[in-house]
Amino acid sequence: MKLQLIIILGILSSFLYSCGLDNYDAPGSVLEGRLVYNGEPINVSYNDVTFQLWEPGWQKKAEINVAVDQDGSYSALLFNANYKLIIPSNQGPFRSKLNAESASDTILVNLNGNKVLDIEVEPYYMIRNPLFTVAGSRVVTGTFKAEQIITGVNAKNIEEVAIYVNKTMFVDFRSNVSATSLAGSEITDLNTISLNTTVPELVPTQTYVFVRIGLKIQGIEDLIFSPIVKVNL
Amino acid sequence: MKKYSILLLLLMSLAWGCNDKAFLDKQPTNILVDSQIWADKSLVLSVIADLYDRVPEFQTITNWSEFASLDEGFASNAGDYGRHKNTEYGYGEWSNWDYGLIREVNMFIEKCGTADKLDPAVKAQFLAEGRFIRANIYFELVKRMGGVPLILEPMTYDFSGDPTYLRKPRSKEVEIYDFIIKELDEIKVDLPKSSVIKSRATQGLILAMKSRVCLYAASIAKYGVTTPTVTLPAGEVGIPAGLANGYYQKALAAAEELINSGDYSLYRKKENLSENFSNLFIDKGNNPEAIFVRDFKLKSGKVEPWTLQNQPWSQAEDLEGGRLNPSLNLVQSFEKLDNTYETYATKKADGDYIYFSNPKDMFANRDARLEGTVMLPGSFYKGKQLDIWAGFLLADGTIIKGDNFGARKTLPGKTAAEYVVGFDGPIDNLEFSAQSGFYVRKYMDLAVGSGQRGVMSEVWWIRYRLGEIYLNAAEAAFELGNKAKAATYMNTVRERAGLIIPLTEADITFDRVVHERKVELAFEGHELWDMKRWRLAHIIWNGQSTELTTNPGKADEVSTRVFGMWPYKYYNPGGANDGKYVFQKIIPAQVTNAHRFRLGNYYSDINSTIRNNNPLITRNPNQE
Repeated sequence: MKLQLIIILGILSSFLYSCGLDNYDAPGSVLEGRLVYNGEPINVSYNDVTFQLWEPGWQKKAEINVAVDQDGSYSALLFNANYKLIIPSNQGPFRSKLNAESASDTILVNLNGNKVLDIEVEPYYMIRNPLFTVAGSRVVTGTFKAEQIITGVNAKNIEEVAIYVNKTMFVDFRSNVSATSLAGSEITDLNTISLNTTVPELVPTQTYVFVRIGLKIQGIEDLIFSPIVKVNL
Repeated sequence: MKKYSILLLLLMSLAWGCNDKAFLDKQPTNILVDSQIWADKSLVLSVIADLYDRVPEFQTITNWSEFASLDEGFASNAGDYGRHKNTEYGYGEWSNWDYGLIREVNMFIEKCGTADKLDPAVKAQFLAEGRFIRANIYFELVKRMGGVPLILEPMTYDFSGDPTYLRKPRSKEVEIYDFIIKELDEIKVDLPKSSVIKSRATQGLILAMKSRVCLYAASIAKYGVTTPTVTLPAGEVGIPAGLANGYYQKALAAAEELINSGDYSLYRKKENLSENFSNLFIDKGNNPEAIFVRDFKLKSGKVEPWTLQNQPWSQAEDLEGGRLNPSLNLVQSFEKLDNTYETYATKKADGDYIYFSNPKDMFANRDARLEGTVMLPGSFYKGKQLDIWAGFLLADGTIIKGDNFGARKTLPGKTAAEYVVGFDGPIDNLEFSAQSGFYVRKYMDLAVGSGQRGVMSEVWWIRYRLGEIYLNAAEAAFELGNKAKAATYMNTVRERAGLIIPLTEADITFDRVVHERKVELAFEGHELWDMKRWRLAHIIWNGQSTELTTNPGKADEVSTRVFGMWPYKYYNPGGANDGKYVFQKIIPAQVTNAHRFRLGNYYSDINSTIRNNNPLITRNPNQE
């Protein structure tokens, strides 16, 4: 009886040794970087902006979606291969730039080991010099300049700008404890836009909040943001 | 030994007898074959009944929880709280790609076309019904996916090893709409002109459906302009704006033909207008308003659980109920009798509560459809008054409430325990209690036993009714600039609801059109498609946790979370207001996130399996 048990256990534990014959190695190369405009990161909202990596040559086509983080950074753990990087046309508060190598907006990524790749894009607007001050006890004021990058026929107007405040480092239109917005039509001077919002009492009590500015462009789903700033109340 | 030889010979002689070919050529006893079915019209009827039953539906009385996925209701059921916690709708939501069903319908049409043993008139009707079902399925598909491959014959694989010849690309969205309209026009003559037939296709239904289909196509053409990225270059998604007027005209013409035919009329059987409105949905005897229904029958195995699942807990006939709680968002949308909008005031200007002797006074002088759609605190159901109140509010502002239906506690200054919460709740986080403060009334059966699991209900699901056709006509007339006509049609529907001050031409705005459909057609499965075709969905469900709007008559007000309103009994012994009711607006504790409808949700995802099997299929916009 005891012997049988030992034999069964022995057989079972042998299953724990995986068969090394037909297994692939796990993907081990890190592709990381940021979405940038002239080297400056593009800040977006979490889980909203993604781009695709395609590896040609397989029978079935399926893209690898890479999500861009709030600060514009991304990272993906991949197999070594030649990838095509595509930012879908309606993705993000920006336009793709023409890639000289592929003569289109596709970026060819030859991955062989870890790689850092900043992706240059052309945003419609950039939020410049965001400055946050706390007045009184709980009124957070944000002042910034909205610089229009794409002008001419492809220019787009501002739909609205808003200041978002949250308890945690996730700050956008979904995740906030207070927010104030201003319609694009009511902006008089793009060089100095000022917004303020009153932070409600936080439970449990917290002496700091995270703040940033968001800018919505007409006809574009994703917003462009300023970097997240921690302010003490 | 000799004995065995004889036996062997005998057995061999038996084998001889099997020589007859007819002996093995037997009719199967467990299935009916084509030659049998297509010779007997009652058998054909059962085939088509099955097809009628399988047309896909999104919100209906057999899946109550989908009504809680938008902003009309709260899901008071532990397994469905997630509907109020999602941050966004998935791109695959509402998708449908049931080409298996389309193949079956195509086979039905093909076989019906070659059947030669049926009476020609009967055969023509079956053929028309088959084509109606196919048009209906394509309508369901185009609402969800945009243009889809238009397959009109049963495709068969030849087992050659190369199935690529079966691949068909997506048609343009407008082509699918045009196909549906053309089919409806062609089959109309072969269908009976009878308002008594409710669960099969009739000429009235063709007109009703045509008005809805044309209206959808028209508004996608007109309002699609506001969302330019929700299009595909080859037109699989999006309809050219120039076609809007033509479709509106067709919608109006079809609706008017049906209204003027006089075959159907608005339901007016009860003197009490609220009771009349709720009866419209459950009265199956000689209902003049219902045009096309999905029918149910007791003791037949085909019953529906709506009443069982949504019955008020205080009078539940089984151990469940109370699931769908209409939201305050919807309840506050019902107008006052003077045609003005007003949210419910719970406090006076000086900050004190407003006290009501009867909780129903809060909802007095409103559109009769409110009580016909929603069970309010103080309403009656099956002859008994509901027991919706959340607890006692003390003069110092503290609240005493229980955590189970009809919980008992001792109030300050008293010695004996008494009820501190109603038998219908509302109690946060307690499933089946009226967590928004309301229960649903539309489609709730009044028959005894309808709330029992072993019995359930035979109330039907109305897919098309004349009330909607009036509103289709009103909307189409408004969009064509004929506001006077729009006002007339809208007033007909409103007058039945007790709003007897007619709207004038100047009152008719887009907001009015949207609002009227919202209150008349609540819980009838229209909201999602309406908001999609008006391209309002991404505006009103924008993912932001906005407070409840104070302007319920405005079409594009954000409504991402469901709110509620709870009555409390005021406890102040000796005071003037002791025992009276006060109200508090609340947000149910389970509502933690805002709905977010992204641009990619306008047309559901065609998943990668489909696209890999058929590379001709393009992906819907904004989903990458």
